[in-house]
Amino acid sequence: MKQSVTLGKVTKFIGLGSFMGLFSGKLEKDDYKALLRKVIVPIASVLLFLGLWHLGAKALYNVEAEFRIEKALNEQGQAAADEMAACIASGDITCQPNTLPSPAQVWASFQSLLNDHALISADKAAFAEKTAALNEKRVAEGKDPIVYTGRPSFVDQIFRSLKTVFAGFFLALLIAVPLGIFIGLSPSLKSAFNWFIQIFKPVSPVVWYLLVFMIVKTLLIDSSEDSSFTISFISVGLCSMWATLVNTSMGVSTVDNDYINVAKVLKLGNFQKVFKVVLPSSLPLIFTGLKITLSVAWMVLIAIELLAQSPGLGLFVWEEFQNGANDSNAKIIVAMFVIGIIGFLLDRLMLAIQNWVSFEKTDAI
Amino acid sequence: MSTITDTAKTGHNGIFPSEDVMLDLNDLKKVYPTPKGDYVVLEHLNLQIKKEEFVTIIGHSGCGKTTMLSMIAGLNPISGGNISVLGKNIKGPGPDRGVIFQAPSLMPWMTALQNVLLGVNQVFPHATKAQRNDIAKYYLQKVGLEDAFNKRATDLSQGMQQRVGIARAFAIKPKVLLLDEPFGMLDSLTRGELQDTLIDIWNKEKITAVMITHDVDEAIFLADRVVMMTSGPRAKIGDVLDIDFERPRSRKSVLEHDDYYKYRKHLIDFLEH
Repeated sequence: MKQSVTLGKVTKFIGLGSFMGLFSGKLEKDDYKALLRKVIVPIASVLLFLGLWHLGAKALYNVEAEFRIEKALNEQGQAAADEMAACIASGDITCQPNTLPSPAQVWASFQSLLNDHALISADKAAFAEKTAALNEKRVAEGKDPIVYTGRPSFVDQIFRSLKTVFAGFFLALLIAVPLGIFIGLSPSLKSAFNWFIQIFKPVSPVVWYLLVFMIVKTLLIDSSEDSSFTISFISVGLCSMWATLVNTSMGVSTVDNDYINVAKVLKLGNFQKVFKVVLPSSLPLIFTGLKITLSVAWMVLIAIELLAQSPGLGLFVWEEFQNGANDSNAKIIVAMFVIGIIGFLLDRLMLAIQNWVSFEKTDAI
Repeated sequence: MSTITDTAKTGHNGIFPSEDVMLDLNDLKKVYPTPKGDYVVLEHLNLQIKKEEFVTIIGHSGCGKTTMLSMIAGLNPISGGNISVLGKNIKGPGPDRGVIFQAPSLMPWMTALQNVLLGVNQVFPHATKAQRNDIAKYYLQKVGLEDAFNKRATDLSQGMQQRVGIARAFAIKPKVLLLDEPFGMLDSLTRGELQDTLIDIWNKEKITAVMITHDVDEAIFLADRVVMMTSGPRAKIGDVLDIDFERPRSRKSVLEHDDYYKYRKHLIDFLEH
């Protein structure tokens, strides 16, 4: 029972509704309808998507293969063309057409990335073991310990991206929520900040990155540390904070007049008014803003990591594209799915927090 | 009609000994400026309300009843004349004038108890936490919500929410209680129950009350005096009817009383005029 409850929570979290009937074995007629709509239809559409993708990838593969054979025929004659055809058919990696990878290739790449992670982790662990004694000595002598400098695995890069996005998100939260509250409470501050918001809100992530780069580079001029993390999380925060800023100030300035009247009649002080009436009543809007902020943060993160050379998913995608190995395309598609799924889970996480702290229950879309 | 108006304008000032007057509206005026010139909602409005009196105000929609009540509450600025409570002119809103709003206006993120405590904490800052809790719980019990202390306001029905509204208003022990059609949004069965609840708690507390209503029967059942307002613009007090039923009243005894239909006819004649 306990297990099925947790399972129900998980399905509810990702938006499939709670199918307790499925797990307890009792299904009513309505449950079948719901089952069809909420489980069978999505599964069918996933399969259809994979099928179309497979066919599309195959068609593109054939176009590319024919082009190569044709080219060999035109440039080097029949023998070369036959050799190319045979080479492609044999699956030799030196002559594989490089195009949209099929679902199977992507899955294989995903697994090879996981294997790679296992290898790198083992390597790291071995390194740590080997250097443990030495590092202890170095620390005792007041020197810096030797750190692992091998390349990060795909999983490490995912965590790096998550770390960056959360740091950026909290930066946005710390700036935008208090500022939004002040702007919402004071019409003069609102007119003071309005031009600022209107002008900077539409600025592209790339430009924000460059701005942050200019400033941080100078500030950290003496530091030998890698500044890519600092630059990327600040850029992410600055790009994504606008939705929260605008929503918070709107929520605070449009509190239901009834509540304000109650506060007036009870003669609540300013502090009480803000913390007992204004903030709780604007929480739903603040959270809508925070949700948008987190999803924008995750979206711009890829571009910013790429520019900042911060070793996260953005850099992974860029390096794979530059790399051009025969499984690079498949790895890019793996990253695409990972980015999408993590973005979706982040959104659900915010929704769960919102429903937990706020009086208005919001349904998943 | 004109004779009634004239007596209302002059006659009701100073008919009570001044130490008995709780609430005094003196030559009250409300003007809303519009692009086409000033719109005068209320003018020459005079009304005195005694201590421990329950007054209901009846009049057509849009005549300015709510404007008048929110001016007494201090939520709407006064354009002319003045309003005084126990001889002191009011300045803005304050907890000496409790308001029960048309919509329950509870904070939806708070429980019933927290909603009542919001006011209690403000009015009794020196009481201990336990004492303040006791006050809030006492009034929630009085309105029949002893089982709903910790329910969120959003989980309560409209009628129950308005009960919390009543408890919140009484719990701050105001000098004057202002009720703006508090039962207007309820079905007639719930409305009857809430009228009983209101009058029960009022019989104990005897807080001077001014209540706006559209319902003639409600106006008679609850009030010591029914004040009729003329239609706007430039609304004022049209007529005042004393209701001489003794208290405590029961709905049954009121309905069976010989004078009931006389009162009712008087009010309906005024409204249909």
